[in-house]
Amino acid sequence: MLFSIFAILTVAGAVAAMSFRNLVHSVLALTFAFAGLAAIYLLLGAQFVGLAQILVYVGAVAILIVFAVLLTRDDGTAPRSILSSSWKESAVVVLLVFGVLAWTISRSLVFGQGGGSLPRDVSMQEIGNALMQRFALPLEIVGALLTVAMIGAVTIAVNEKEERR
Amino acid sequence: MTWIVRNLWLIPALPAVAAGLSSLAKQGQRKFAASLAIGSMGVALVFSLFAFFHVLSSIHSGGPAREVFDFSWLQYGSDSLKLGWMLDPLTAVMLVMISFVGLLIFIYSTGYMAHDENFTRFFCFLSLFAAAMLGVVIANSLLLLFMCWELVGLTSYLLIGFWYQRPAAAAAAKKAFITTRIGDLAFLIGMVWLYSQSGTLLFYDGGAGCMEQSAIAHMVAQSTAAGMMVSTAIALLIFAGAVGKSGQVPLHVWLPDAMEGPTPVSALIHAATMVAAGVFLIARVYPLMSANGEIRAAMSSTTQLQVVTWVGAITAVFAALIAVAQNDIKRILAYSTVSQLGYMMMGLGVGGVAVGMFHLITHAFFKALLFLGAGSVIHGCHDEQDIHRMGGLKKLMPITFATYAIGMLALCGFPLFFSGFWSKDAILHAAQEWSVSRVPFYLGAFGALLTAFYMTRQVCYVFFGESRLSESMRHSNGAGSAPLYERSATPHESPAVMTMPLIILAACAILLGIIGTPAWPWFDRLLNGQPATVDGSRFYEAGVLSVMLLSSAIVFVGLGLGWWFYGRKPIASADAPDAVEELQPQIFRVLRNKFYVDELYQATFLRFNAWLAQVSDWFDRWIWNGAVRAVSYLVLGLSWVARSTDAYVVNRGFDEGCKSARDGGRLLSHMQDGRTQNYLRVVGVAFAVLVVFLIWGGSR
Amino acid sequence: MTSLAGCLLLSAILFAVGLAGALVRRSAILVLIGIELMLNAANLNFIAFWRYGPNPEALTGMMFVIFSIGVAAAEAAVGLALIIFLYRNKRTTDIDRVNSMRG
Repeated sequence: MLFSIFAILTVAGAVAAMSFRNLVHSVLALTFAFAGLAAIYLLLGAQFVGLAQILVYVGAVAILIVFAVLLTRDDGTAPRSILSSSWKESAVVVLLVFGVLAWTISRSLVFGQGGGSLPRDVSMQEIGNALMQRFALPLEIVGALLTVAMIGAVTIAVNEKEERR
Repeated sequence: MTWIVRNLWLIPALPAVAAGLSSLAKQGQRKFAASLAIGSMGVALVFSLFAFFHVLSSIHSGGPAREVFDFSWLQYGSDSLKLGWMLDPLTAVMLVMISFVGLLIFIYSTGYMAHDENFTRFFCFLSLFAAAMLGVVIANSLLLLFMCWELVGLTSYLLIGFWYQRPAAAAAAKKAFITTRIGDLAFLIGMVWLYSQSGTLLFYDGGAGCMEQSAIAHMVAQSTAAGMMVSTAIALLIFAGAVGKSGQVPLHVWLPDAMEGPTPVSALIHAATMVAAGVFLIARVYPLMSANGEIRAAMSSTTQLQVVTWVGAITAVFAALIAVAQNDIKRILAYSTVSQLGYMMMGLGVGGVAVGMFHLITHAFFKALLFLGAGSVIHGCHDEQDIHRMGGLKKLMPITFATYAIGMLALCGFPLFFSGFWSKDAILHAAQEWSVSRVPFYLGAFGALLTAFYMTRQVCYVFFGESRLSESMRHSNGAGSAPLYERSATPHESPAVMTMPLIILAACAILLGIIGTPAWPWFDRLLNGQPATVDGSRFYEAGVLSVMLLSSAIVFVGLGLGWWFYGRKPIASADAPDAVEELQPQIFRVLRNKFYVDELYQATFLRFNAWLAQVSDWFDRWIWNGAVRAVSYLVLGLSWVARSTDAYVVNRGFDEGCKSARDGGRLLSHMQDGRTQNYLRVVGVAFAVLVVFLIWGGSR
Repeated sequence: MTSLAGCLLLSAILFAVGLAGALVRRSAILVLIGIELMLNAANLNFIAFWRYGPNPEALTGMMFVIFSIGVAAAEAAVGLALIIFLYRNKRTTDIDRVNSMRG
């Protein structure tokens, strides 16, 4: 029951995010969708992931996108369509992809499963253990990745006009 | 084998070498060419005399009259083609005659051709001719004889057409060659047939030769499809060759035209030697002609000998009739030669080898004398040849007149002192006794009458009366080859180099008679390989005296008729009509136009030949040429097909391939338009396809 | 409909919506937003399978999602840096007009 509500809210937020003309409105709707997803994670018993979702996505990614939107405003532009010039073909492709996914889900064997609750809650200690032991290498790699990404982003986005002066 | 028989080949070889060396000489090296020719001929004469005396001694000592030397020329498999030469009485007398007369004519030519710029070429050809003629007489093989025969024909062509810039001379040379060729074709067929019948072309080969008894008997026994004996057929074919070469009717047409050549050529080739080669050939193959291996005519004559006799008799009279009406000094002598050759053939037919050959030998000397005398006259009259424009040369050219008169009397057969009398008498005697028919005898007698008549006419026109040469200044004619300004009004005697041979020949024309009289038939016995005895009582044998008296009477009648018409009143002027012409203009015109034989040939054979040539030309142009063109068009077509296949099919295919690759690439490159969302779309579609693939693949 | 199927369906819908936004809209930033949404849909998928899958004790799904979130953040940063760079050069974020890398 709760799941359905959150699901509908998430979808509504997603659709709204894709529909608004104003990009900031769009980001806010996206944030709303992220929040909805976090709630669903919590419902499913993945507390850490849900909270991580809020921290990272809502707290960082959405803000970052807002910054980018504000930095790349184009002023006084002619009212033109928000849609790309080839939106019809894209719609077809999207419908195709969705159709395939839905059809896959409907045909799959998982319809009989699910419904039960977790045998026990997952503790932070377990997650920590897993991170340090079993998933140590991915952890390090992701750390390196984040470093590189940060450096890269700065390098790409740095304003080179200051150097010429 | 004695030295001379083994080296008999030297006799023709020396003049041949002289010819070869002279051909390399330059135009100015006249002395060199002349001395080569005369020297080689002199040495040949010496060798011929050696050979002659060898034969004489051999006969007197009872040895073999005939010696041969054979060698094999071509080897094929186990067989071989043999050639060889022989020395027998016939060969020996011919060798001496040819080399002697030839030498005298060579010496004469140095004077006659002194003004000609092609002096060296003349002597080169003369030497070659002498070599070929000598080769003909020594040949023991019919093939060798034929090869030298052809060479003789070739040199005759070269010498008749010596002044080839004159169209008349070039045409005459061609006519001579082609006419004799017709005879030679028959000769060749006969020769090949003879070879197939007897297996050899050697005349005498120790019993195996084709003229020896076994071969002749074999040929007599066989018959052709037409019922004729093989020996007769072969003999007639070989006789056809002699008809061409010796100018018998119907192939006589080339001989008068051959007078376009220089006079020494006429003397040597067309009087003494080459035309005699035909007579010599019949004498050589006489065992075949008489079909019994003998060289005397038997009582019952064979078919081929009858043909020979009739052809000879008809020719004798035919040519004599034409000679009566001719105006060119050399033409008269040419027709006279044809007539006398007819006599020789008749002699061979009715009397045998000795009879015919004796007349050949005597004729050679006095006819050469007459021709050289005519040459002297022409030379003295500055290249004038028409007898109407000559005259009075008796006083102006005495030596020429004296020798010419001797020759003329010998030709007519003036009794007792001149060789012609004895030789012609032998023929008439044999003709009278011929078992087949008397007609040749009457024809021969009539011919003798005509001979005396036309020779008298010629001598009266040329030598008697007053000189009509100055009248030629008022007429421009083409009789001579010298331009008008060279002629002066007075003829002059010829230089000694030309008159000396005349004197020598005149002496021979008288003296040769001695060896042929019935009292001492030395020549006759010689050819039969036996020694001869002197016996005056032979004069009283049956028929001998009567024939002698008859022929003497005929000669006097002829001389008298000639004098009556032409000698009684001097000939007034060059334009005065001929006395006989006034009497019988129609007959005279027919005779002067040579019985229209040339015109007849022109209308029939020559027109046919021209038509045949046109047909061949059409064939060549359209059929053979068309076939060649068709092949070439076919090749061109094939190459065009190949080229268009390459250009349109292969290239285009290749080009199309490249173009489609290019277009495909261009098409695909449209997908790369730099628009991110297009790429994403593709990813989406690929994702969907992948999922479907996995699901379906997985479920199966 | 079971929870698993419902989660999966929700994930599919979110994915489709995100894809639609990425493909249909003009602005480059919205393309990035769509991509974020797609990533989130995938995360949801993983969590659903972790929760209703055969072995929840292994924590594999959850770990994957943690890392996925981290990578998504890095990717968002770089992507936005690129967009800013693009804006600086072309003065527009309209990706329809950015097609100079054509073939």
